[in-house]
Amino acid sequence: MGRFWSLLFLSVPVLGTLCYLAGMLTRSGPLALWFPENVNSMANEVDQLHDLILALIGIVFVATGLVLFWFTWKYDASVNDQPVRFVHGSHKLEFWWTAIPAVILIGLAIYQLKVWSDVKIRRPMLAGLDGQMDTADDQPMPPQFEVVARQFEWRFRYAGEDQLLDTVDDILGDVNELHVPVGEIQVGSLKAADVLHSFFIPALRLKSDIVPGSQQIVWFRADKPGSYEIVCAELCGWGHYKMKGRLVVETKDEYQLYLQSLRAKQYQRDFSQPSVAQVYERDSGETGGSGPLGTNLSLAGGAQ
Amino acid sequence: MSNSTRSVWGWLTTYVFARDHKIIGLQFLFSTMLWFLVGGMLAMAIRWQLAWPWQNMPIVGPMLFSGEGGQISPEFYTSLVTQHATVMIFFVIIPILTAAFGNYLIPLMIGAEDMAFPTLNMMSYWMMWPAFLLIGFSFFVPPYGAGAGWTSYPPLSVLVESSPGSGLAQTLWLGGVACVGVASMMGSVNYLTTIIQMRAPGMTFLRMPMTVWGLFITAILQAFALPVLTAGAVMQLTDRLLGTGFYLPELASANNSPAVSGGGQPLLWQHLFWFYSHPAVYIMILPAMGMVSDIIATFSRKPLFGYKPMVLATCTIAGLGFVVWGHHMYTSGMSPVLGITFAAATVAIAIPSAVKVFNWLGTMWGGKIQFSSPMLFAIGFVSMFIIGGLSGILMASTPVDVVIHDTYYIVAHFHYVLVGAATMGIFAGTYFWFPKMFGRQMSEFWGKAHFALTFIFINGTFFPMHLLGAGNMPRRYADPYHFELFADMLPLNRFITICALATMASQAIFMLNFLGSIFFGKRVGRNPWNSNTLEWSAPSPPGHGNYDFQPIVHRGPYEYGNPNHPRDFHPQTEPGPEDLTSPLQEVSHES
Repeated sequence: MGRFWSLLFLSVPVLGTLCYLAGMLTRSGPLALWFPENVNSMANEVDQLHDLILALIGIVFVATGLVLFWFTWKYDASVNDQPVRFVHGSHKLEFWWTAIPAVILIGLAIYQLKVWSDVKIRRPMLAGLDGQMDTADDQPMPPQFEVVARQFEWRFRYAGEDQLLDTVDDILGDVNELHVPVGEIQVGSLKAADVLHSFFIPALRLKSDIVPGSQQIVWFRADKPGSYEIVCAELCGWGHYKMKGRLVVETKDEYQLYLQSLRAKQYQRDFSQPSVAQVYERDSGETGGSGPLGTNLSLAGGAQ
Repeated sequence: MSNSTRSVWGWLTTYVFARDHKIIGLQFLFSTMLWFLVGGMLAMAIRWQLAWPWQNMPIVGPMLFSGEGGQISPEFYTSLVTQHATVMIFFVIIPILTAAFGNYLIPLMIGAEDMAFPTLNMMSYWMMWPAFLLIGFSFFVPPYGAGAGWTSYPPLSVLVESSPGSGLAQTLWLGGVACVGVASMMGSVNYLTTIIQMRAPGMTFLRMPMTVWGLFITAILQAFALPVLTAGAVMQLTDRLLGTGFYLPELASANNSPAVSGGGQPLLWQHLFWFYSHPAVYIMILPAMGMVSDIIATFSRKPLFGYKPMVLATCTIAGLGFVVWGHHMYTSGMSPVLGITFAAATVAIAIPSAVKVFNWLGTMWGGKIQFSSPMLFAIGFVSMFIIGGLSGILMASTPVDVVIHDTYYIVAHFHYVLVGAATMGIFAGTYFWFPKMFGRQMSEFWGKAHFALTFIFINGTFFPMHLLGAGNMPRRYADPYHFELFADMLPLNRFITICALATMASQAIFMLNFLGSIFFGKRVGRNPWNSNTLEWSAPSPPGHGNYDFQPIVHRGPYEYGNPNHPRDFHPQTEPGPEDLTSPLQEVSHES
């Protein structure tokens, strides 16, 4: 029976590796079981880091799996006629198999710092008064759009001509649809109207929880025109699973046209329906985003 | 009459309100196994929905929710994921390891008559019952349970209007969790005192078996981390019931509810919750690691490789375990600068985990491996812990975690640790100590059949989940398939569900074997496995007071295969030379 058990343990690294290889091969096929294509050029390093770590742990996974198989095969009591190796340990081995993983792992922790700071800490900057980058008066880039997450939909607002949010020329976006120009750095401000949500765009390698009562800042540069899905990744209630949005990456001209059409709609709407509450109620009705307990109008949140 | 009253009283104090650690251990074992069944059923319902979304659940569906025609509703789905995790973590894995095995084994393995505080011990079991009843009852409050996830993040868990499950069911849930906290606290104080104060003569700290080390360090983790969760849960209760605002931001509101003046911080709960719940991960794995170390040494007929490094690794994991809670919060909105510290501590915790794996492999190297059912489950533990541990490194890296956080990658990872490793450890321990508990042995044939099926189907269930995670399929989605991104994942989810159902079905073998062997198993003597540790020199099952002689400990627990000794094992109680040809294990000559 020992042979059977050794082979059973051998099947783990073999089938596990095959499983991962199959996943990677579907990267571009119809049955996508791998990370979607990354279109955010500011997060290329995330994918490289993932591949590096996956390669490292893949090697350890296969190596330890093979050792486990070999030991259960060779030292099976029913076939091993050698006497038991009566040892209690080895200082030398303990030292090396502590030191080598330690060096690799601590190295990894340091190596990934730059990637982390690029995607989450170092917000894109604009040149200050002196018109030059990397000088002391650089300003953090203001957000060009705002996301307000609520049960169970995404609402968007654009900064308008003055490039600043919370000013009179802000443009109210369509529900569940965010437009951005291709190839430009975009900064977004995230707010939640009711409970926790998480703004997750797999194609941008971007995820940020949104905490009611505070603001999150995200940034990216989408380099490929197209339509990508926005996913809510933090449990936000019974309709969590249907909180689907769409990111449309388009050329600068298309983007400007879209904003103009939004602005036209907004002015039309302002004269005929001056109440913001009515606008929200109508939108909730259109998208079916309201909860079972009534509409989702909330007193909190930044969209008003 | 008075005679029968006395006998009823005697029966009650012996078997129901028992103060004997062995009875309490068995009470915990049976209670947790029943909850294991409940938690498993909940998992099957989750898997049903993911494989055949919105289709009527066969057999159980109409019984549970005939109103909806046996279909799982989205609000019931959030209850399912919440209750599955709650039951499995708070009612199964933590109590079965720390309370069932902890209670049964600690006094026996250190040569004590009983726990230091038998009455406190009894109360720790009976404090579980309010928790069982509160959370059990919350299943019957529409929509059949709390639905804010086992993590119970506010505002969802605090604003009653935010979700159908955030009403009474959530209040009951929080009350239940607070009771579990009190019960575990009572247990952990008891285990600590017993291990520090009541070791038999000669049982120095560095002669304690790894099982006791695992339970000892776990008790420290529980004693220091659990009060934080208990207090946090009470604070959430007062937010809900008394209108305090610990976790609610200013003007919090959901679903048109009147805005409340909160002034608190939703992230505060996440910090308090994970300050407990990350050490809880180690609470759920360290005792199993200890048991597996003992079992691998016993059935390799060889001393445990690197006993002291193993002890040190256990302590290091526990110490680092207190400073890594933030890795659950990389994307939570906490300052990303904090993430750097937590990432460094988290990758560091992989070092002692790796040391443990290498030492288990080192123990098998050059041994004579007996493939008994406990040993198979122990090797299964190592095999699956490797997978769960390695995938953890991906998540420890902050930028990578941003992508895979809250996807099935995480689900695959922690199920490999908790189902793959911890549950394998629990089965290994059950097969191993069953003879001590009941004086009979479980069927080896059915034990091995149980192992083969469980091992194959658990891997079949959880390994492909890594691919779902790589495809970024989010957790806690009742129906992900209306997204273009996840539309192709239905066939793989069906495969996973079939494996999960098969895993569940395989447990019938275990249940029949377990229950049948209590009455019909092969009778065995004190030491059926030829093991060294102290409990095997006591009668099987041990009577009240445990030992029929005063155990005196002469050596460490792992003297297997000594060529200078006539037998291939050398029990700790057996008098004889204390010399050890050991490069690592210097025995201190106390007592």
